[in-house]
Amino acid sequence: MSAYVRRAWMVAWKDVLSERRSKESLNALVFFSLLLLFVFQFALGPERARVEAALPGLLWLGFILSGLLAFGRTFLVERENDCWEGLVLTPGDKSAIYLGKLAGNVLVMIVVEVVLLVLFAVFFGLDFTPVLPALAAVLALGTLGLASVGTLFGAITAQMRARELLFPVLLLPAVVPVLLASVSATQTVLAGEPLADAAAWLKLLAAADLVYLVVGVLTFEFVLEG
Amino acid sequence: MAARALGWLAVLALIAGLGAAFGYAPREAVQGNVQRIMYLHVPAVLTAYLAFALVFLGSVGYLLTRRAGWDRLALATAEPGVLFTGITIASGSIWGKPTWGTWWTWDARLTSTAVLFLVYVGYLLLRGMVDDQERGARYAAVVGILGAVNIPIVHFSVLWWRTLHQPPTILSPERAPVSASIGLALLVNGVAFALLFLYLLSKRLALRRLEEEIRA
Repeated sequence: MSAYVRRAWMVAWKDVLSERRSKESLNALVFFSLLLLFVFQFALGPERARVEAALPGLLWLGFILSGLLAFGRTFLVERENDCWEGLVLTPGDKSAIYLGKLAGNVLVMIVVEVVLLVLFAVFFGLDFTPVLPALAAVLALGTLGLASVGTLFGAITAQMRARELLFPVLLLPAVVPVLLASVSATQTVLAGEPLADAAAWLKLLAAADLVYLVVGVLTFEFVLEG
Repeated sequence: MAARALGWLAVLALIAGLGAAFGYAPREAVQGNVQRIMYLHVPAVLTAYLAFALVFLGSVGYLLTRRAGWDRLALATAEPGVLFTGITIASGSIWGKPTWGTWWTWDARLTSTAVLFLVYVGYLLLRGMVDDQERGARYAAVVGILGAVNIPIVHFSVLWWRTLHQPPTILSPERAPVSASIGLALLVNGVAFALLFLYLLSKRLALRRLEEEIRA
């Protein structure tokens, strides 16, 4: 078991390290989030009430659009220098690689989400601090759901021709429940209501996360074969 | 030979279904003749569910055994499944206009059916984009499995909106609240659609085998 965790950790650590040195994805993703904010502002106009009403949806729109970019790249780096073969030759259960990649994706998404929240707070004059713990819980569950499907589908589309086209077409309908539940729970939280009011949605999110994780762990080795 | 017989059987059953829907079944008291769309709508959606269940079966079977037959089954059921889901949405839309006053509404069952449609359209797109047969089968199986286990999650997530659609008539634990003659007409059409589906399935399986022969 500890060897399994260690293997997953090494995959995640490798990705974090190469990201820290190249800063390939994060720089672009943060900049992309800033651009999204402009688009939202142009679409909604200056009225504060409209921004606040649309806020839960806008936040998750920002997260999923950034996620589409980030998840789709997860396995692209492995195509260079025969790294993919290296992964295939890794001894032991291949699902450790999936979990490692998933951890890396969740980490990237957390950074993007924090940046987006700060940008929203600054540019739209919002204050998230009173609801921060509840919001963090919703974000964590929602992000795990998006990333677990995104990592699996990212591995599938990495080996394909029209990947940037196919990836969103596959991922978006599959994560509809995660988006629905996350937006609804975020709405409850941002309205200042207690987290318990969104309990049904949180349970649904947790169940969905679990199902996606199990499917990912069980099927990943068939995807990794290349 | 067997496929041809099945085809003719499906044609006969569909003719009988039309007769049952337009001749035998009574005019519904509230909705009038519009209600007869039900004889297309309900069999189509039940056949689609059957098809997607078989996609799941084929996908799991393929990953466990790696035998091409399972993959053929998944492909040959996914295509009619998408077709029948499309028929369900289109006929429901035509039914909705006179009864609800709108072609489309973001009601729970409509939305979840549309999501189901999109998931399997994506599945077919994926299948069309991989050149390597064995790899395509593996990828498709993974997507097919996730799509299937996702169905109940999608269902519950959209169910928690207020729903405009009438509660399910056929697949519900209580006795179906339809009169006997309507039920019989539905049954005839259901059998007809199942036969049509089996015919399409057998044809697609044969076609796929030929495709694989050419490629090999």
